[in-house]
Amino acid sequence: MIRTHALSTPLSAQAASELRSGDVAYLTGFLLAGREPAHQRLLEDLERGSPPVELEGAVIYYVGPSPMTPQRPIGAAGPSSAWRMDPYTPRLLQAGVRATIGKGARGPEVLTAMRLHGAVYLAATGGAGALLSLCVREVSIAAYPELGPEALHLLRVEKFPLTVVNDSLGGELYAAPDLDAALHG
Amino acid sequence: MRVISSQSVEDAVAGLCVTANRHLPPDVRRAFLHRQAAESPLGREALRQLLDNAELAGQLGLPLCQDCGLAVFFVEHGEDARVQGLPVREAVNRGMVRGYREGYLRKSTCDPFTRDNPGDNSPAVVHFDMVPGDTLRISMMVQGASAEYSRAAMLDPALGVQGVREFAIRGVAEACRGVCAPMVVGLGVGGSFEWAAQAAARALLRPLDIENPDPFLAGLEQSLTQAANRLGAGPLGLGGATTCLGVSALAAPCHPGTLPVALAIQCHSARRGEVTL
Repeated sequence: MIRTHALSTPLSAQAASELRSGDVAYLTGFLLAGREPAHQRLLEDLERGSPPVELEGAVIYYVGPSPMTPQRPIGAAGPSSAWRMDPYTPRLLQAGVRATIGKGARGPEVLTAMRLHGAVYLAATGGAGALLSLCVREVSIAAYPELGPEALHLLRVEKFPLTVVNDSLGGELYAAPDLDAALHG
Repeated sequence: MRVISSQSVEDAVAGLCVTANRHLPPDVRRAFLHRQAAESPLGREALRQLLDNAELAGQLGLPLCQDCGLAVFFVEHGEDARVQGLPVREAVNRGMVRGYREGYLRKSTCDPFTRDNPGDNSPAVVHFDMVPGDTLRISMMVQGASAEYSRAAMLDPALGVQGVREFAIRGVAEACRGVCAPMVVGLGVGGSFEWAAQAAARALLRPLDIENPDPFLAGLEQSLTQAANRLGAGPLGLGGATTCLGVSALAAPCHPGTLPVALAIQCHSARRGEVTL
């Protein structure tokens, strides 16, 4: 039996602490969307003490959508590989970001920072770009419009389907592949 | 000599790019359905989402995935066919650029050093083969970033089949860190260094439910698929019985002092298509 949660943003410390690795969650609310260039700028602004958006309880989605079609607010919008944002993540979690969304495993520094700050890492289904696009109702630019497609975007989502990979207690859903069984089984 | 206009090549390729990016190959869809029953609860949910995704992409006119990849083409050029107008490579590239623009597909190709992206996905990667006949058969593969886990090596020939097996299994295990599983694996064994790499990619064009005509390779493919599925990574790494949908291998004679081997890793949706003119 899979435990299922309904989440909203801003994501409270309480709501994040109730999530466990292997749980499923449907998120309704606002996601900050950006990758390396937006993260780079966000960190620079944070060091200056003036981030352009509220980070307390924020949820960041790593996504680089395909081009928008005339009928829809966004193109295919599945998750990017999360490890690419690892260098920026601990500082953002310290600043209040409570969840990040991507695909694939995170590095040790991010895992430590999540435990320290009570944050979680959630996976969206990699390659389900059209399905996830349908959960996105509205798109606007939150900051750094000069970065074009890599600007920091704000997505309003409804019932965005997620799996809890890393919870705030150090739980990990991604198991190391059983190489021994594969080679000798 | 049969004459084919380069315009018809361009038009066919433009259509092929859109179709391959929007529609899950039918054999891959069947594999998802087949593997659902034996999956873990989270693995089953992931496969369900991928099946829904395939339905929705067609309906909404969106690509299956935002990573519309490098456009890789394999052209089998019949010796009794002549393409009139533009050179074939140029016609393929023009068709690809048009397909990616008109299909609202993401353009990925970038300079290897500066990483600058010219924004039209060109140039297409085009491999040619001269074959008997008077037709032009164009196969396309969408090569997304899952290819970051592809690799090639020159093994010690003394390692033999066991060495090839281990190379493949370790490569698949490594890919579990980030690839969108259940992956599809192409294996090229023998030939020369560059032959093996290209064969590994070309092997991915074979549908999952068509058996390898070479009984030895068919056996190797089956045993590698089973071994990969003992890794336990499961769909999207969430844990489960399906880490690999299938392995497809090609082999050729090689130098006695070498054992070239290459592994091409493709994501679960194994986007591909073909058209014959």
